[in-house]
Amino acid sequence: MTPILEYRDLSKVFFKGNQQIYALAHVQAEVRDGELLAIVGPSGCGKSTLLNLSAGLMVPGTGEVLYRGRPLTDVNTQVSYVTQKDNLLPWRTVEDNIALPLELGDRARLPKDERRARVTRYIELVGLGGFEKHYPSELSGGMRKRAQLARSLVYEPEVLLMDEPFGALDAQLKLVLQAQLLRMWEGTGRTLVFVTHDLVEAIALADRVIVMSSRPGRIRAVEHIELPRPRDVFTVRFAPGFGDYFERLWSALRETIDHGQGV
Amino acid sequence: MTSVETRPVVDEVFLVDPSIKARRRQTVIVIISRLVLVVVGLLGWELASDRLVSAFWISSPSEIWSALLRFATNGQLLPAVWVTLAETAVGFVAGAVAGILVGVIFGVSPLIARILDPFLVALNSIPRVALIPLFILWFGIGFQTKILFAATLVFFPVFLNTFSGARDVDRDLIDVIRVMGASRVDAVRRVLIPSALVWVFAGLRMSIPFALIGAVIAEMFTSNEGLGYLIAVTANQYDTAGSFASLFVTTALGLLLTWGVSQSERRVLRWRA
Repeated sequence: MTPILEYRDLSKVFFKGNQQIYALAHVQAEVRDGELLAIVGPSGCGKSTLLNLSAGLMVPGTGEVLYRGRPLTDVNTQVSYVTQKDNLLPWRTVEDNIALPLELGDRARLPKDERRARVTRYIELVGLGGFEKHYPSELSGGMRKRAQLARSLVYEPEVLLMDEPFGALDAQLKLVLQAQLLRMWEGTGRTLVFVTHDLVEAIALADRVIVMSSRPGRIRAVEHIELPRPRDVFTVRFAPGFGDYFERLWSALRETIDHGQGV
Repeated sequence: MTSVETRPVVDEVFLVDPSIKARRRQTVIVIISRLVLVVVGLLGWELASDRLVSAFWISSPSEIWSALLRFATNGQLLPAVWVTLAETAVGFVAGAVAGILVGVIFGVSPLIARILDPFLVALNSIPRVALIPLFILWFGIGFQTKILFAATLVFFPVFLNTFSGARDVDRDLIDVIRVMGASRVDAVRRVLIPSALVWVFAGLRMSIPFALIGAVIAEMFTSNEGLGYLIAVTANQYDTAGSFASLFVTTALGLLLTWGVSQSERRVLRWRA
């Protein structure tokens, strides 16, 4: 079966002013249809670059990104991209923000009632009921994150790309949202690529974890996580086997950190 | 979770918080001080008139008031206000629409912006008043000359602000909506324009007095109606009271128009908490 996303010997340099930044080097990996793949690495290891490439917002330096076997040449509209910043439109209310993807492209032809029903359903799913008419500036960081999540799910894309979505939240809220994400993802058969620097988060959520090294980003380890589903993020960290995964991945991760900047 | 639509009941302890009273007191001080300033100013003017300076030059508030009543009762005032208001409004809308349009085009296409930039800088440095004789030549002394002149004054602030706003747009928002399948038109319509609107309104607020100034100046050059005409004609007749009266009406109109734009701004930009 062709993987849904495939990175073929991907390298990327970009410029910050006159400074060259080597973001990725010889990245060779694939994302399988329907899996939850977590990518872990120290900050600045090119994780976000990898997602930007998957969304077609950047072109690779050398190598190729394939989507369902075809090289990406333009913006990839089959995916939904949850960026680090919530990127809600500040002039739209919560419900209008969530309705945004349904106003675009072919989806604009969906009947109005259907669109409204979907928006309402996802608002309830992420627990934002009662805040439909609020503007993003009136919401807390956690609520904005929920709204962003609803907006990226409402059009039911094939692949969800998430860039440290819960990185800025406090520990409790993070757990709650992880649980919510799993509840919404498990059983849908959709693909999820989840970038994080939190190893526990990666193991708790993912089917497969990829560890990347610091700049230039290379793949250091790949681990299949065979913990049973449906998973409970609150207790999974105490499940048998979790510790072994953690140890193996941590040793790979620590190497990259030591080599990278020497903590 | 309880709905926050309904206003929460304020605990009584906050109602006795002295900061509320302090705040209210400050508002009262502001209003009273303004009134005092106006009264002292008018009174000083009234007393100075014909005692320190001849009333021929500076008239006096009471004479200005009777001139105002005279204009109002002899049917000069309302038509003049109406004509000037119409010219201002049409000139403002024309200049603003053109400014927004060109600003968005510049914002969307950096290439066009680079090509046309020096021409716009050149146009902007023309002393606008110098165009009035040409406009009269082209369009006569009617309505068109006035709205065109007002529009040339409105165009640049609106254009420059719209352009800045369009350049200021958050690239990430555009990227996000493109991944959702937005076309270029969608991106302009749903992200670029709403995002630039904050700047556009700053430009509109800045340029509404220009529209009025434009209409009045054009009237002073060439007209037999409007507030500008009234100002010019009374000054020519050494009627300082009448001149001041029409000037005050013009100022009041300017304040009213600015207030109107601010109100619509508050409405449209409600999301800015």
